[in-house]
Amino acid sequence: MDFAVVVTVEILHSIAVLVLISSGLAVIFGMMRVINLAHGEFLTLGGYVAILGHRSGLNLYFCMLVLAPVVVGLWGLIVERLVVRWLYGRLINTMLATWGLSLAMTGAFSMIFGNTMTGIPNPLSGLTVGNYQIGGYSLFLIAAAALVMLVIYIVLKATRAGLIARGAMQRPDMAQAFGLNISHVYMTTFAAGAALSGLAGALLAPLVGLSPGSGANYIAKAFITVISGGASVVTGTIASAGLFGSISQIFTLVTSSVGGEIALLVAAVVLLRLMPVGITGRFFKGWT
Amino acid sequence: MINRRHFLATTAAMAGALSLPSILRAQSGDPIKLGSILDVSGIFDAYGKPMDMAATLAVEELNAAGGLLGRQIEKVSYDTQSDMALYTQFAQQLVRSDKVHVVHGGILSASREAIRPTLRKANVPYFYNVLYEGGVCDRNIVCTGITPAQQIEVLIPAAIEKFGKKVYVLAADYNYGQITAKWMSHYVGENGGEVLATEFFPLDVSDFGATIAKIQEAKPDLVLSALVGGAHLSFYRQWAASGMKDRIPLASSTLGSGNEHLVLTPQEGNGIMVAYSWSPSIDIPANKAFLDKWKTRFGDVATINEFAVNNYQGIHLWAEAVKKANTVDHDPVIEALESGIGIDGPSGKIAIDPQTHHAVLDMQLMEIRDQSLSVIKSFSQRQPIDTQKFCDLKANPDDNKQYEIDI
Repeated sequence: MDFAVVVTVEILHSIAVLVLISSGLAVIFGMMRVINLAHGEFLTLGGYVAILGHRSGLNLYFCMLVLAPVVVGLWGLIVERLVVRWLYGRLINTMLATWGLSLAMTGAFSMIFGNTMTGIPNPLSGLTVGNYQIGGYSLFLIAAAALVMLVIYIVLKATRAGLIARGAMQRPDMAQAFGLNISHVYMTTFAAGAALSGLAGALLAPLVGLSPGSGANYIAKAFITVISGGASVVTGTIASAGLFGSISQIFTLVTSSVGGEIALLVAAVVLLRLMPVGITGRFFKGWT
Repeated sequence: MINRRHFLATTAAMAGALSLPSILRAQSGDPIKLGSILDVSGIFDAYGKPMDMAATLAVEELNAAGGLLGRQIEKVSYDTQSDMALYTQFAQQLVRSDKVHVVHGGILSASREAIRPTLRKANVPYFYNVLYEGGVCDRNIVCTGITPAQQIEVLIPAAIEKFGKKVYVLAADYNYGQITAKWMSHYVGENGGEVLATEFFPLDVSDFGATIAKIQEAKPDLVLSALVGGAHLSFYRQWAASGMKDRIPLASSTLGSGNEHLVLTPQEGNGIMVAYSWSPSIDIPANKAFLDKWKTRFGDVATINEFAVNNYQGIHLWAEAVKKANTVDHDPVIEALESGIGIDGPSGKIAIDPQTHHAVLDMQLMEIRDQSLSVIKSFSQRQPIDTQKFCDLKANPDDNKQYEIDI
């Protein structure tokens, strides 16, 4: 029984990590159809901001939950104004531009932080469940991921800003006809997506440590999750992260960590063969 | 009467004689080239950076003492950036365009196996100065780091006696981890213990949540780790964060060799048992002199690690052999190395075993305490008996393979 609790927490943890690393991409790619190949570096930037803030004596939670999203959000704003906004609707060009950005950012990280592994100590101690121990930080990540999903859902569903964003993404021409400044809506949405990536990167930093190339470890999984999720930001991300997180963690437990990775990728291939437009393209249509 | 054969022979001899002075001139003037090939950046830089500093120190020291054979030593270095593909490329460059006289370097066993054939073919002596899984049998290579028979054989009985007989093994998924895990279960068996499970991890894995759950389910008395590199360091963080560190003790064949105990907090590192050949607290003149020199040259002695000391000693062993052979040429240097050559290094007396080209050296059983390695017990002059089981370069000088233990 206790072991079941431990395994459940591990599976939820694995789902939470997928939700976190793909939520920013779900907004930028899922909503805006912009393929941001620098997504991994946005995550890494969030991690570095949190580490630097913590080292300069700021509270770790403030750095992770406030500072990192704000800084990466502003960075996203700059990137959108300077690069991405000239390329809307030009898929290949956006890919090339953001790939270049990703290489430049990796290079900049190496120059500033050195091509080395940096980490911050884990802030939470473990919890005892019967005869077992679970990481306190795992529970924190699970809660954070749930909160992120909830906030995105509320913003999109229940606020005027969310309504405008959804409207502008679905029918930009109509939104413009109603007198909305489409360009500003795109800018804000991109910055919001970047801020979510920054938050995710900062939250993962205490768990795994950071190197300039860390982003590459996440980008494939983030894209797989978002593409398999389909059009709906919240439902899609939760559905595909839930599926892939469970599959990879169960296979890791039964076989090895290599087995888990293979199972995740095989599951993604099979799923996209059966549902080319993602889970929410087939089920939960019209959900947010 | 001059026939054609006679004519050819005389001209050849004359040409040889004419070219002789230029060779002599080269020997007295040109520097001796020492190739160094290490991961000074990337996820293995914790090992590579101090090794490179140690090489610089050793070369500067030799040069300050007048060089070797009256010639200065020039260090030709390449940074392989923790990328195994760059090793072969830079090794080719070292032998073809730089024309070095010796190569010191390689960190991961994968990198050693990548460049060993190139250097053997090019007749350039190769020093691999890193602790590894043992078994390499090749007359062109000298392995000055510790091997399982020196390290695991010291570590496991002590760990089993202190913590218990049921063992869970975690290892990196490449030749070092695979072979070391075999040696671990060999010595666990020899000491009456039992290996409950062995798990391997690719070098970029950094999420160990599921493994930690599995370990809890298996309930071992002891976890043995042969995890490697920056990504695997997350294991120790996550292990401590889940509160397991106070429940199941750890022993490792790799932790601390890259100064990981300085990166981990005391709560994460305290109590982990390790065994290496060097400790800053070894109380001998050679170690004190080494620490002083390092301090003067680089400032912080906390950067020194096992690999740095190995590299430093490797270069000095080679220098001893060159002095003894009175040349940097391949065959005489190898023969000099096989004459039972030895030095007093920072880790104590270290000698080359002629049969295997491995090192005979002292070992220290240690425990991580407040971010330092504190010695529990010392072991004197341990032979590389693992490699000696399979390898006899005196009987089979043309041998060229890495032997593995069969279990």
